[in-house]
Parts: sequence; structure tokens; C-alpha cells
Amino acid sequence: MRPFLYQRATDPDMAVQALSAAAAANNPLTHASAQPLAGGTTLIDLMKLDVMRPTAIVDINPLARGWSAIEPGRDNLRLGALARMSDVAAHDEIQRNYPVIANSLKLAASAQLRNMATLGGNVMQRTRCSYFRDVSYENCNKRNPGSGCAAMDGVNRMHAVLGVSDQCIATYPGDFAQALIALDATVEITGRSGSRSLPFAELHKAPGNSPDIETTLQPGELISAFTVSGRWPRSVYLKARDRQSYEFALSSAAIALDVQDGTIRDARVALGGVATIPWRAREAEALLKGQKFDDGLAQRAADAAFADARGRRHNSFKIALGKCVVARALQQAVTMEI
Amino acid sequence: MPDNSSSRPSGFDRRSFMAGAAGSALVPITARAAAQDPRAPAAQDPSMPVDVTLHVNGKDRRLRIDARTTVLDALREHMGLTGSKKGCDHGQCGACTVLIGDRRVVSCLTLALAAEGQEITTIEGLATDDRLHPMQQAFVDNDAFQCGYCTPGQIMSAVACVREGHAGSEADIREYMSGNICRCAAYPNIVAAVKQAAPEIMKG
Repeated sequence: MRPFLYQRATDPDMAVQALSAAAAANNPLTHASAQPLAGGTTLIDLMKLDVMRPTAIVDINPLARGWSAIEPGRDNLRLGALARMSDVAAHDEIQRNYPVIANSLKLAASAQLRNMATLGGNVMQRTRCSYFRDVSYENCNKRNPGSGCAAMDGVNRMHAVLGVSDQCIATYPGDFAQALIALDATVEITGRSGSRSLPFAELHKAPGNSPDIETTLQPGELISAFTVSGRWPRSVYLKARDRQSYEFALSSAAIALDVQDGTIRDARVALGGVATIPWRAREAEALLKGQKFDDGLAQRAADAAFADARGRRHNSFKIALGKCVVARALQQAVTMEI
Repeated sequence: MPDNSSSRPSGFDRRSFMAGAAGSALVPITARAAAQDPRAPAAQDPSMPVDVTLHVNGKDRRLRIDARTTVLDALREHMGLTGSKKGCDHGQCGACTVLIGDRRVVSCLTLALAAEGQEITTIEGLATDDRLHPMQQAFVDNDAFQCGYCTPGQIMSAVACVREGHAGSEADIREYMSGNICRCAAYPNIVAAVKQAAPEIMKG
């Protein structure tokens, strides 16, 4: 690991200032020389691997006093960005009214990592692409812009089939983000010019021609909270993976439904483990809305979700697997007792 | 708070090494400078060591470390507490699990500087006098290891697993202990050990 300056931010202004000071205006966040430290489960790991090379670390954990509240309201939910994954997953009201959130967190990582990792850090976690994580590979457009992509014709079993470009097929690895994008969450951001908020769906950027730019956050900006409107008791997170526990998704589905008198009034479908960014399957949602549920409808929705999928040598199985995951998750959501 | 590190007869850390190597007069000077502004040197030059006080197993340990030092390396290399093991050093195996406050964490991904001011409990801090902690005894009783390398992490994780209320069934134990890998595959016996110790720990 390369040397860095360690600073501890005791209030948001101090954090923003420390992070901004070291940031060049046109520097993508992923390459910014100052990085915020929350749980550290991604950052310290990638610094040990020499993938991330910040020269300054700004420890924002002291901000948890103001930024870690779990606040389920009557008709909405607010989650502080420094709330720990384990605390949100174990929260009674989250489990009852937002099971898709509770389970996306509970099924991620290990108990130790969930105790450390924060919600804000979780959505900002970097891909697990083995070529990205191994600096002995020169060609990674995410790490070394313009260098090519070793995964295209390499071992790409874990890679994405949706949202891919000819520059990058690295999978977005997280689970919680699928719940947020399915529920139309909003992100609250604190930066140099005060606070702003944006739809969670606008936080991540598909790789396109610049896979090194992963989000719309600017250096010096910090996520302070997430908010969700409404309650979603009929929601599930289903995750298929190589091991039963403590593994990233090969394919996952975040589903939230509003079913009244057997008719689907509203449907939310998001996919994990198969796309380069948190992925909303709006084509599937459109098929489901206003319909009575049956297995045929679930299958058509699943087909629609993967209509644009592009498999490569080792990962085409994810298309068939992903459809099964979507169909089964829909069945679980429809039949769950709330 | 008192500095207990120099009173450990077999402790080998940077501080006692420096005291022995460079003469004891040096120590009070650096300690005084540190008391005024613990991170002043680091604010200028990232390659300069930083002074930090860690609370480990009920004792204050004053250390002069590289800012890059993890809690795991601080324990093992600077305090002589080698019970916490370095397996993968990337948060994947759980061998380095310690408690910070009442939460189990992987010490290999925790910067020592970020753990300042918090109570750290390691496997060395679990037993009281000559009496093993119920989880340690349960691992012995159930032969819950072969090579033993993952065992300190397993035991620390298991103690927290029980206290979190996640040891109610074998399925729960397996799920909530999945962050601790045992390449000898002693899993059935580990589950049995956690089951045995759980009621005693919950009794307090």
C-alpha cells in the first residue's frame, strides 16, 4: 500500500473541504487523490491491491453521529449514509415494510463486513472483475483508461450481460443498490455548494466509452442519506450464487409489487449480478402492470427483462439463469403473506 | 491513561524496541510531542510515523506506527498479540476477526488510526484469569478445529454471533458464521460448539 495522509473529519464541512482540496476539477472520483473512508471494506482492500492509490484518506466515521439514523416514517423511509449494513438489515420496521431492502443487505457479504460497511460505501463499491482487481493486467479501461479490456476475451463467467459496452463488461457487484433503484430511491448529497439530491437511478453511469467514470458524484461530494417514498411490504430480494452464503450474485432480482384484488397495480423489477450498473427492468414492469399474475406472465416479464442481454463466451448462462431468478422472485412476491 | 506496553515482560513492540535501542531519554520526548498534537507529523508528510493509542483487552497501548498499519498488523507486529491470524489479509477469510466495541469486524481491513478511542477485544482478552471463555471451552469440547489457524477468528466471530441473537438454529449459525472460512472443514464441529456455548453466553 502506498503512503497516505490520514485525516479525521469531525463535521461534514471539514470532510468536503479535505476531499475537495486534493481534487482536480476534471478528475473522475475513482481516481481522486483524496478518498473518504467509511467502513473501508472496499477502499482498504483495493489500496492493498494497488488498484486505488489515494494520497489522502479522510475518515468520515465521526460524521455517523448525524448521518447514520434509520428513520422509517409513516409514508417514507430515510436511511443515513453512514448507517451500517447490519443495523439496517436487523431493523424490525425495515424487515416488515421494506423486506427487499433488509434482505438485499442481509444476503450480502459476511456478518463482519456488514458490521463495518456503510450504506453509502456499499452503493459506491467497485466491481469484482478479476482483471480490474489484478494490476498485473495492463489492459483495463476502468483502471487505465484507453488500455483495452482483458475480460472481453478472457475468463468472463462473472461478467455482465446488460449495460455492457465494447470498452467494459465489469459487473456492478452490489445487492442493496438493486433495492434502491427498484423503489425509486433518492440520494442526498453534500458538497462544496451545499446539498443536492438526485434519483438513485442517476447515480451510476454505464461504462460506455469511459468505464473509469462510474458515478455522477464529483470529488468532494459525499452521499449523506437515501430516501424512499411509500411502503413496500410485498417485496423480495432473491439472489443466486455459487455458494449458499457469503458470495456475490451470479444473478439477483429485487422485486416490489402492489397487488390489489389479484391485479398488479404497480411493479418494480431490478436486476443484480448481470449488469454493469444497478439495473431497472422497466420493460418487465410494463408487462406486469394491470395484469393478473400467473406463471406465463412471470415468464414473459423475465424474457422482457433480458431481451437486450448480450452474453460472451463464459457468461451466457446468466441470461437463462437470470430469467429463472426473475420469474421465481415474482412468484415469491405475489404469494408472500403480508 | 497509563501506558501499559512497557510493563509487558515479553511484549515486543516498536515503542519498547526504540526505548531499548535508542535509550530511554527518547521516549518521554516523543511522548510529550505526541500529547500536544498526535497527528502533527502525518499532516505534513505521509511517510512519517503517527502516534496512536489503542484500547486493547482493557489496556491502553500507545504506539508509533505507519498510517497504513491495520488493526491486525498493530496487534501482531506492534503489540505481540499474535492470536489474531492473518489469512487472506483482504477481508475474505475471517481469521483476523476481533471485536471493536461489541461488533465483530475483520481487523485486516480496519486502519489502526480509525480504531482509536474504541475498545478492541482479541482472542487474548476472552478468558478470565485461568478460566476459558465458554466459547473457547466449547471449541475444545467439540473438537471444533484441526490445524487451528482459523480458530481465534472463529471463536471471536462465534461470541458475537451468539450475542447478536443469530445462534438460534443450526441454519442461522451456518449463515451468520459464513464469514469465517475453515479449510480443514471443521464446520459441523464448529456449529456444535456454538450451539453448546450459546445458552451459557446468553445467560451472561
